[in-house]
Parts: sequence; structure tokens; C-alpha cells
Amino acid sequence: MDVFFLYSSLILCFLVLLCLYRVVFGPTVMDRIISVGAIGNKTTATLLLMGMIYGRVEMFVDIALAYALLNFIATLGAAKFFRVRKSILPGSKYFQERKKGVS
Amino acid sequence: MRLIATFIILFVFWMVMAGKFDLFHASLGIISCLIVTFLSGDLLFKESRKGRGKEVVRFITYIPWLIYQIILANFHVARLALSPKMSELINPQLIRFKVNLKSDISKVTFANSITLTPGTITADIVGDEYLVHGISQPVIDDLLSGDMEQRVAHVFSED
Amino acid sequence: MEIVTIIFVSGGLFFFFAATIGLLRFPDFYARMHATGKGDTLGGFLIVLGLAVYNLFHGGHGGFDLASILTSVKIIFIAVFIFLANPTATHAVFKAGLDSGVVPWTKEGSR
Repeated sequence: MDVFFLYSSLILCFLVLLCLYRVVFGPTVMDRIISVGAIGNKTTATLLLMGMIYGRVEMFVDIALAYALLNFIATLGAAKFFRVRKSILPGSKYFQERKKGVS
Repeated sequence: MRLIATFIILFVFWMVMAGKFDLFHASLGIISCLIVTFLSGDLLFKESRKGRGKEVVRFITYIPWLIYQIILANFHVARLALSPKMSELINPQLIRFKVNLKSDISKVTFANSITLTPGTITADIVGDEYLVHGISQPVIDDLLSGDMEQRVAHVFSED
Repeated sequence: MEIVTIIFVSGGLFFFFAATIGLLRFPDFYARMHATGKGDTLGGFLIVLGLAVYNLFHGGHGGFDLASILTSVKIIFIAVFIFLANPTATHAVFKAGLDSGVVPWTKEGSR
């Protein structure tokens, strides 16, 4: 069973590397934000798997919970920050529509 | 009454998280739960309404159908992502449509159900008009058929 | 019970994999969010649930004592949190993208 957990976490690490491509080369800022969120999700699962391998789940579960909370708050904060700036691509249709006060 | 319920929920949560049932941890929990209840006790239960019990029972029967829809549509998105002819299959578009839901909580439940069901994301709610982004034609047709809206209306007895 | 864990974790890995491939392949930011926001939610939920089942029967000092049940309850808290927080974060980032004016990709080209 430990071997299964080990290979699962290896696959997850490989997927994190694939996500890192989007973080580095993503065309817009929002691409990077959602990629970092996806990496955080995978890290939460990897932390739990690591706890299973080491046999110390009761310790790793707290770390994973704190990591999930921080990941959520970081994503929300980054989204809020770049929403206030409103300057990634000005002049688009949706930008103008919302500026006129639809909501 | 609301404050006492909030305190009890917080304290049970604390004890589960602490995992040690001795006097020291319990007293720490009581102190911190009292502080949190004093500062933000009115966040958890907004208002007390009649007929909450029926809504809770109907909501619990709504959850399995929602989970079934989530799994079904997740397979749809996975198939889209993995198929080699992806660019012909997807057709992302923004659509607007009106709903007949009245109260705030039913609107929020409907919006969260749309977002949880893969293939569609609620972008904005203006009055009773929803702005939804869908990724391909079948999921949009599925949403516009109004099946989910009827179920949500049934949960909050607005049909 | 190990077979249940293997099925859950494998299913979670499959959905994670599909989400990552979708993140790399979809044409614009909004479509990518469909892949990550949803595939990651179900994938993480399945993996965490599978580990909770495994821990309930094999954790602690041989399973089914107070320590293993408490740890499983904590793991299920993580699963519920993932299920609540991920759609909320997706919604927030989507609205931020719409507000900052990233033009959605459509099949007919820009409208």
C-alpha cells in the first residue's frame, strides 16, 4: 500500500510540474492565478499522501488543512487585487459595458 | 439563542480539531470560542424564519442529485480536455437568461449549483438575470432546459 | 477496504490529470477555469475521501480507535472545505477576469 501512495504522489508532483508551465508562460495574470490555485490543490493532496507514507497522518492533516485555507485566501486576495486595478486589457467590450454601470 | 447555538457549534469544532479531551484544552477552547462569539456571533445565523425544517429536509434530498450531476458533467469536461479534436467540440460562450426565483438564498443556491456543475460558471447576477459562461453546446442546452431551476425552486417551495 | 482506497485515489488522479491537460490545452482563460475549477474539486475530494477511508481502518493503533476516527473526521473536514472553497475561488477569479476586461474566446472569433 505504501508503494501505491508513493507512486500516486510522484504522479501528483509530475502534474505540478505541468501546471508550472502555465504559471511561467501564461499569457495573462489570471492564468497564473488559477494555475497557482491548482498547484495548491495538488499540494494539499500530496501532503496527505506524504503523511500516509511516513505514518504520521495526525500531524500532516493539520498542515494540509492550514495549506488549503491559505491557498483559498491567497487566490481570493490575488483576484481582488487585480480586479481593483482594472488595467489588464482596457477598451474591451465587457470592460466598457461594466463601466457604464450594468450592475 | 443564536449566540448560544454559535458557541456550541464552535466549541464542538474546537474539540474535534484539538483531539485532546482534558481540562487544559477545554478551557482554552471555551475562552477563544467566547471571544469569537462575542466579536462575530451574528454571522452564522442571519435571521430566524419559520419553516426551516422542511427546507433542510428537501435540501438534503437535493444533494445526491447534485453530486450525480457533478460526476456526470466532470466526465464530460475530462472527455473534452483529453480528446484530440478538442477545438471542434468546445464552443465557449456567455449567455444571459432570466429565472423566476425570488428569495436571495434560492438564488445563491442556484448560482452555486451552476458553478459546481462543470461546464458552466455563474459570472454575475443582476436582479433576476444571470450571466453564465458555458463551455460547450450540450451543457448550455442542459442548463436552459430549466430542470435544475425547478428543483431549486422545489427545495425552497417557490414553485 | 484497501480496494476502495485504490479506486478513490485512482479516480482522483484521473480527474487531476484531466484538469491539468485541460489547463494546458484550452484556448483561453475562461475555458481553462472550467478545467481547473471543477476537475480539481472532484479530484481532490476523491483523493481525500479515499485517504479518510484508509485511515479509518488502518490509522491510529490498528484502526477504529479514538485517534483514527478523529483524524478521519479532520480529513473529511478538508474534503468539505475543498468542496466549498473551490467554486467560490473560481467564481471570484472569473468575475475579476471579466471586470478587468479579458476578452472571452469564441468559436466565431471575437464578437
